[in-house]
Amino acid sequence: MLKLTGTTNITLNINGEKRPVTVRPSETLLGILRGKLGLTGAKPGCLNGDCGACTVMIDGKPMKSCLMLGVEAPGKKIQTVEGLNGTPIQRSFIEHFAFQCGYCTPGFIMNCQSLIDTNPNAPDEIIEEWLKSNICRCTGYEEIEKAIKSVLRDK
Amino acid sequence: MIPFDFEYYRPESISEAVQLFIELDQAGKNPVYFSGGTEIITLGRINVLYTNAVIDIKGIPECQVMDYHEGNLYLGSCCTLVDIEEKNLFPLLTATSKEVADHTARTKITLGGNICANLFYREAVLPFLLADSQVIIAGPNGYRTEYINQVFNQTLQLERGEFLVQLITEPDKIEAPSINIKRRRQWTTGYPLVTVAGLKLGEEIRVAISGLCPYPFRSQKMEYYINSQDFSQRDRIEKALGDVDGNVLNDTEGSDKYRLFILRNTMLDIVSTLEGERA
Amino acid sequence: MTNIGKSVIRKEAEDKVTGRAKYTADYSSVGMLFGKTVISKHGHARINNIDVSEAEKVPGVRAIVAGERFPLTGEEIRDRPPIAVDKIRYHGEVTAIVVADSPSIAKKAATLIHVDYVPLPVVNSPREAVKKSAPLVHENVALYEKDEGVNPIPESNIANHTKIRKGNIKKGWDQSEVTVENNFSFPPSDHIAMETRSAIAEIKPNGDIHIKTSSQAPFMVKELLSAYFNIEVGKIIVDTPLVGGGYGGKASVQLEILAYLASKAVGGRVVKMMNEREEDLISSPCHMGLDATVKIGCTKEGILKAAELTYLVDSGAYSDKAIHLSRACAVDCTGPYRIDHIWCDSYAVYTNHPYPAPYRGFSHAEVHFVFERAMDILARKLRMDPLELRRKNAILPGDTSPTQVVLNRSTVGDVPQCIEKVKELSRWNEGQIIEVDKRYVRAKGIACVWKNSTIPPESSSGVVITFNEDGTLNLISGVVEIGTGTKTVLAQMVAEYFRMDTNDVYVRMNVDTQATPEHWKTVASRGTLMAGRAALAAAEDAINQIKDIASRVLKVRPDDLEVGNRRIFLREEPNRGLDFKEVVYGYTYPEGNAIGGQIIGRGNYILRNVTHLDPETGKGNPGPEWAVGAQVVEVEFDRRDYTYRILKAISVLDIGKVLNYKGALGQVTGAMCMGLGFGGRESFIFDQQGRVLNPQLRTYRPVQFGEQPEYIVEFVETPHIDAPFGARGAGEQGLLGMPAALGNSLSVAAGVELFHLPLIPESIWAEKEGRE
Ligand SMILES: Cc1cc2nc3c(=O)[nH]c(=O)nc-3n(C[C@H](O)[C@H](O)[C@H](O)COP(=O)(O)OP(=O)(O)OC[C@H]3O[C@@H](n4cnc5c(N)ncnc54)[C@H](O)[C@@H]3O)c2cc1C
Ligand code: FES
Ligand code: FES
Repeated sequence: MLKLTGTTNITLNINGEKRPVTVRPSETLLGILRGKLGLTGAKPGCLNGDCGACTVMIDGKPMKSCLMLGVEAPGKKIQTVEGLNGTPIQRSFIEHFAFQCGYCTPGFIMNCQSLIDTNPNAPDEIIEEWLKSNICRCTGYEEIEKAIKSVLRDK
Repeated sequence: MIPFDFEYYRPESISEAVQLFIELDQAGKNPVYFSGGTEIITLGRINVLYTNAVIDIKGIPECQVMDYHEGNLYLGSCCTLVDIEEKNLFPLLTATSKEVADHTARTKITLGGNICANLFYREAVLPFLLADSQVIIAGPNGYRTEYINQVFNQTLQLERGEFLVQLITEPDKIEAPSINIKRRRQWTTGYPLVTVAGLKLGEEIRVAISGLCPYPFRSQKMEYYINSQDFSQRDRIEKALGDVDGNVLNDTEGSDKYRLFILRNTMLDIVSTLEGERA
Repeated sequence: MTNIGKSVIRKEAEDKVTGRAKYTADYSSVGMLFGKTVISKHGHARINNIDVSEAEKVPGVRAIVAGERFPLTGEEIRDRPPIAVDKIRYHGEVTAIVVADSPSIAKKAATLIHVDYVPLPVVNSPREAVKKSAPLVHENVALYEKDEGVNPIPESNIANHTKIRKGNIKKGWDQSEVTVENNFSFPPSDHIAMETRSAIAEIKPNGDIHIKTSSQAPFMVKELLSAYFNIEVGKIIVDTPLVGGGYGGKASVQLEILAYLASKAVGGRVVKMMNEREEDLISSPCHMGLDATVKIGCTKEGILKAAELTYLVDSGAYSDKAIHLSRACAVDCTGPYRIDHIWCDSYAVYTNHPYPAPYRGFSHAEVHFVFERAMDILARKLRMDPLELRRKNAILPGDTSPTQVVLNRSTVGDVPQCIEKVKELSRWNEGQIIEVDKRYVRAKGIACVWKNSTIPPESSSGVVITFNEDGTLNLISGVVEIGTGTKTVLAQMVAEYFRMDTNDVYVRMNVDTQATPEHWKTVASRGTLMAGRAALAAAEDAINQIKDIASRVLKVRPDDLEVGNRRIFLREEPNRGLDFKEVVYGYTYPEGNAIGGQIIGRGNYILRNVTHLDPETGKGNPGPEWAVGAQVVEVEFDRRDYTYRILKAISVLDIGKVLNYKGALGQVTGAMCMGLGFGGRESFIFDQQGRVLNPQLRTYRPVQFGEQPEYIVEFVETPHIDAPFGARGAGEQGLLGMPAALGNSLSVAAGVELFHLPLIPESIWAEKEGRE
């Protein structure tokens, strides 16, 4: 049984790197990534699971990192936007003008990447179901829809 | 950002979990079982929920079960809603589940956490109420298996230290024609104004409702009216609505009157869809 | 042209898709402290006592600021204590700040501060506020320090009154054969930038104040802090990195003041403050509500003659930007129509609500909702097609605006062409309402829009251009990159001027008030005009310097020279010339002596002809030009349930010149989406005590993926002659007509006039059958 009664050291597997970090059990993964590991790609937008700006991938699935404690994460594969570079979805977001202020972008990209990995043939309803998890206030979503579809349909 | 500290425990067996609960409780730590944790984290952040110790039950194998056993479907309380949807072993549950929160949040929200949530919608309970499922509950006094309709009264009636381990559902209920309709204040995201789940067993229609009152429920009386064949569909629904108790919500999602208006139409859709199945 | 109009990818794109783009809260440093606000739980209450004793005991707490009387703040009336003293006037008002070693310690201590309130009667709407019997939100509004030209009414809740008196209203009514009069309203709502506001402050031993903030107006932060706290303005240095959306909400100065006070309380150490979403929604400034009475009259033929308008802007508890917002309501108090007789009274009215910041469109979407709804009601009374009514009255060059500016093609664009195009694109002729089956109908609604920005006459913008050794250039402007891509557009303009590749123009993204020339504020769609003109002036300045050196080297007249592809050459003999890299850091002759030196191009722009408004008639020129357009929304409406889907949203906008096609398209569709959210779902929901019941994104929901309609956007290009390449603003118009067009389509679909936002199914149902 795992017992963590105070500040403890854990090791997180982030973007393929082992990252030891000292945490309190009540800290969220988002807080740890940003505040202790300097990974500020995941953004706080609501800390309430509502906006998706903090989305990362946990064992390949999209996860709102504000809804997860850091102490739940050891042993799992964590991927953040910093771990993606030159991927088709990133290029597609750029080409389709799928962001303006860019604040929602890392969250959207992680959600899209997970969808591409796990559901490469996703029909429109599934795309909508997944991407409803993130809010973008700048765009009208049209460009984001084009960006994800062009990657999925290109496969 | 949760403004307080708590201890974190992840037991690997039911007995360990229960034992821990008793000890932490005696130590005055006000422990809570932690499943998906989404509610504990979000309500903790705004100081609506406070605890000194969380017991994460996701490491308990029984809570992760998702399988048929001796003909019945067993679903562990720590299965995430997305896992349940992907396996799709219980179509009505899949349909209900897909309307809860959003997809990413549902990779974390669990079945047991939703059914036992403080937030009163607890939509995932609806299919089980309709299916007369059984629940396995573990606690300081050992296990008990109960019919959910006996132990779910607005909330799952748990003794201190008890937690939900599994839900057991019979195959005929799983295969029965069913439907789930969630109606919202506006468009396609947000909490329910009303969510109605319907199931048809033989000729009998069952309905359970979330969002109408500050708790989900299934009403035998409403079902009695809905199934009384002497009247027209509209009249039956009218009578069924007449039996809604006075606790209709009047809040930011909508007024009580509007909820009843929407409920009437939703019931019409549910009943006509399910009665259409007769043919 | 090679660069203008092209969909050039924004300069910071790579950073934004890799998580490297940094916003204010992404910056941290060792030893930084964290500030956390305590906010009021009431709408209106007297503060009896603030007990900080328990909070002080929390290890790691470095200071608590509460109960102290600081100078009053506020843009036009100094009516707002930065931290409440004696009483609180809205739900969410800051009552204390805790400064501590970590965000969680600060938050924990904040929860331990106990404020003892005595609730007071609440003013819960502007309509209630103007009643004689209303409780006063401010006892002594007339006694506050205020700017010239601001007219609060003593011992009332009215913070300001703007008058428009055009023509002779009596004559207007005499000429009117058909009139309508209606009341419209909507409650306050919010901007919901995905990045919540955040600010970091430090006070250096020499008194220099460093502020890093997610602001649309870093130069205002500097100016206002200086004015409020009597600090030498040069000592305040404001730094703004990328901003995660603003939409006007980050043009108000609020959290910066708190961060400054927090840093001061800990001897000037670095303090970071960041709003949680709940605070960003209700504590920091929001989007105004409005209560309006609109009376319009026309002849039997549908020629508009008179408009009489009363606007009560919900200014919330503090007047800050609300006075300006209420003035803007008056300036463009009608739609873009020729109306000879206008009488408008626009009031900024105190209530016990959160107070407003500007919101994309600066009062225009709000006024358009009420005015364009009234136009449809009038059309129905006339039995005239609402599009036809608008076409007949569309404002034209030669007509005058409500503030009596005589318009020309450059200043007002082409409204009729926008109407004509939107008519085609929406297939208006197929009918405004089409029955799909017994239950569903499809319906269209139209709205025409215009917008000028009432910005201060002295607003200016400056740009500096420097060069790199290889002849590429750096562009430095005070425009904040809030997502509009303005800095990329500026690079396109400069590249165009230099006839070079946009990739060879490097852009400085951060704004630092000490190193960047001032740009008034990144609001009001004025980035392209003002910073654009400044950038072109800087380019010209640099080119002149280059020509000067090159002419001496080449022994030719400067005006025989031309630039292109990072070279300067003879027009007649393009092969004879110099590479920029040979000139921009001075030219060195083969013998070794050099002439010239580092080239620095500088340019500025100040709006011309903008004047103050006459206090009695409103006469005056409010701003440089009107951007105009026509928009249609098509819905599919369920007549049984009163629910609807938005099928299409169509905009035809005269933006003068498209500078970056996809960029402009994104601005417009994004604005349309926001406008539909405002029209269709978003608002604060207040209880009787003035408390906001939905201060989270779970219950205050912007439009989400899948809820958006199909967008159809077309541009009309009537040049604005003062503007670079003729471009008009493009960031706001997309929003302006959306609530109105949505309201008009739903009123037709449901067969009932709708007067209030948001247009949720329940409110349509309530108009229709929920009355009894
Ligand atoms: C973005 C978002 C949108 C949402 N929208 C909806 C919605 O539309 N409809 C809806 O119904 N809900 C909605 N919710 C709320 C959601 O219901 C709860 O957050 C979630 O159900 C909690 O599940 P969890 O597994 O995370 O539970 P936890 O947070 O782990 O637990 C919740 C509560 O249940 C108790 N508990 C957990 N597991 C057990 C168990 N096995 N036995 C006994 N007690 C247990 C815990 O002690 C705690 O009190 C939404 C949540 C989010 C984040
Ligand atoms: S910050 Fe996690 S969902 Fe908004
Ligand atoms: S790009 Fe600004 S919120 Fe999506």
